Amino acid sequence: MSVVTSSKARWRWKQPSVIPGFGLTLGFAIAYLSLIVLIPLAGVAWRSAALGWDEFFRIATDARVVAALRTSFWTAGLAAVINAVFGVIVAWVLVRYEFPGRRLVDAAVDLPFALPTAVAGIALTALYASTGWIGQYFVDWGIRIAYTPTGIVIALIFIGLPFVVRTVQPVLEDFDSEVEEAAATLGASRTQTIFSIILPALFPAILTGFALAFGRAVGEYGSVIFIAGNIPYVSEIAPLLIVMRLEEFNYPAAAAIGAIMLIFAFIILFAINLIQAWSRRRYGHG
Amino acid sequence: MEVKVKNVRKEFDKFPALKDVSLNIKSGELIALLGPSGSGKTTLLRLIAGLDFPNVGAIYFGDQDASQKSVRERNVGFVFQHYALFRHMRVLDNVGFGLKVRKKGDRPSKAEIERRAMELLDFVQLKGLEKRYPNQLSGGQRQRVALARALAIEPKVLLLDEPFGALDAQVRKELRRWLRDIHDKTGHTTVFVTHDQEEALELADRVVVMSQGRIEQVGTPDEIYDTPNSPAVFSFIGESSKLPVSIENGQLYLADRPLGLDAKGVPDGEGQLFFRPHDVEVVETGETAIVGTVVVSRRTAGTRQVELEVGGAKERVEIEIPVDHPATSRSRIAFRPKKWSVFAG
Repeated sequence: MSVVTSSKARWRWKQPSVIPGFGLTLGFAIAYLSLIVLIPLAGVAWRSAALGWDEFFRIATDARVVAALRTSFWTAGLAAVINAVFGVIVAWVLVRYEFPGRRLVDAAVDLPFALPTAVAGIALTALYASTGWIGQYFVDWGIRIAYTPTGIVIALIFIGLPFVVRTVQPVLEDFDSEVEEAAATLGASRTQTIFSIILPALFPAILTGFALAFGRAVGEYGSVIFIAGNIPYVSEIAPLLIVMRLEEFNYPAAAAIGAIMLIFAFIILFAINLIQAWSRRRYGHG
Repeated sequence: MEVKVKNVRKEFDKFPALKDVSLNIKSGELIALLGPSGSGKTTLLRLIAGLDFPNVGAIYFGDQDASQKSVRERNVGFVFQHYALFRHMRVLDNVGFGLKVRKKGDRPSKAEIERRAMELLDFVQLKGLEKRYPNQLSGGQRQRVALARALAIEPKVLLLDEPFGALDAQVRKELRRWLRDIHDKTGHTTVFVTHDQEEALELADRVVVMSQGRIEQVGTPDEIYDTPNSPAVFSFIGESSKLPVSIENGQLYLADRPLGLDAKGVPDGEGQLFFRPHDVEVVETGETAIVGTVVVSRRTAGTRQVELEVGGAKERVEIEIPVDHPATSRSRIAFRPKKWSVFAG
């Protein structure tokens, strides 16, 4: 039996398992991920590496690039936070209540996925411009929405909403109503039950939805460029800057901005994943 | 706290789950609601807790009408079959939750909440596990946490819904004794729901037998077992054998043969004879008795169980006979119940 114990101590590439097909599925997954994700991303890195370190650093610290990156990330972050709050409320309404038209609302949640983002951008611009249906009421208060960062945030909320709703919805559906009843028998009010029992249980799902909405929003281009006004240093987003460099045939510069976005996005998503792993371990599911 | 249930009716989508149920629970009593699934026992428990509200009737806690009070205001401890613990909280925080959510004036300090939670964990024999999360505990340990959590709010009434239903037989037996201990120490009025008659008879001061939305009988375990008041109770509690009989002049007849058994005051006409398989004596085949042919014979621990075909009626009854009885398949046995009940109909 010494053979068995020694092989146990070593890390083994393949764990013995009753579920067959590990080699096949792992191979497929890696090949697929490489073709679709890793190789194109490596291309970005390789293209920007062609610039040399000094030139890369110059582009990365260029005031206009920095401003565009900042705009991209804070608007995406804010939109994802707003989506996390309202997405949970939408999911709650869809799961907890029966009302006429519930299925229609449920189906409508996915529309931002299906709509060409440019159409969404144009529609939102028409609504929120200072002469638009909604925008005109804000003008009286001295608030302009379209052609400002506020407009960007609204477009990003639009495209990110389904992510939070669709990740929270199934978890909420599975939530054991006895746990809520237990809280009530112990004297907890509805508010106390929601904030100390239900929301903590939904937290990992909300975080997943947040990460997806955020990731999607950082890279969004189509809807934003119509509503943003694209004023340099104010409402110009990084993906637009990349497109402009491409149109100037300045491929390395475009790749450099892309690489910087990639690094930041990866750090943020990785951090979110760590929090998730921690909360899953804690809450005992996942 | 005394609990009175008065003429309660509860419907779910027009389906009556409880039909005109009344019950008095004495202060400090440990009472079992026993019945098959669908008998309304859990519904009754939830009505007492305030998790559901009756369509008709009222529930009194002492002299107070609790019917209009919400579950929050009733101050009941409720233990669920599947524990319903807060999985994102440590055991200690689960137990302290009921104190933590109290209004400012009534809320003990943080240190005091922790001290009381620790005390309760010690009481339910879970000392040392206070920092664990519920998913790190076994089923029996989880149910102990759930009980400690319910006890923390110093409930007027303790309600348990099939508390041991999800546990394996060994743990169930152990927790049963332990619950009796806890009840004797705390003196809470306790109501628990079960479909396990052994559990109800062993544990409770009084047993409420329910069937199809009604209370069939309320009594001590002895009364329920020895003098069931209806065919439903007789066949639900313990092993039972049943024979259709006719009653003439206060005597029982099976297919016109006298059985030598008294009708116990049941009027002449059709009736049903009930007896326990182990409460019989085997007699000579010549005597007036129930005579049957052995169809199946099974050896169980201390006795032999035989199934008899009785009379031309092709009725089957089961009795227990001594293991050294020479009965074999197809042989005829005559017996008389030592205790029996007769119901008209």
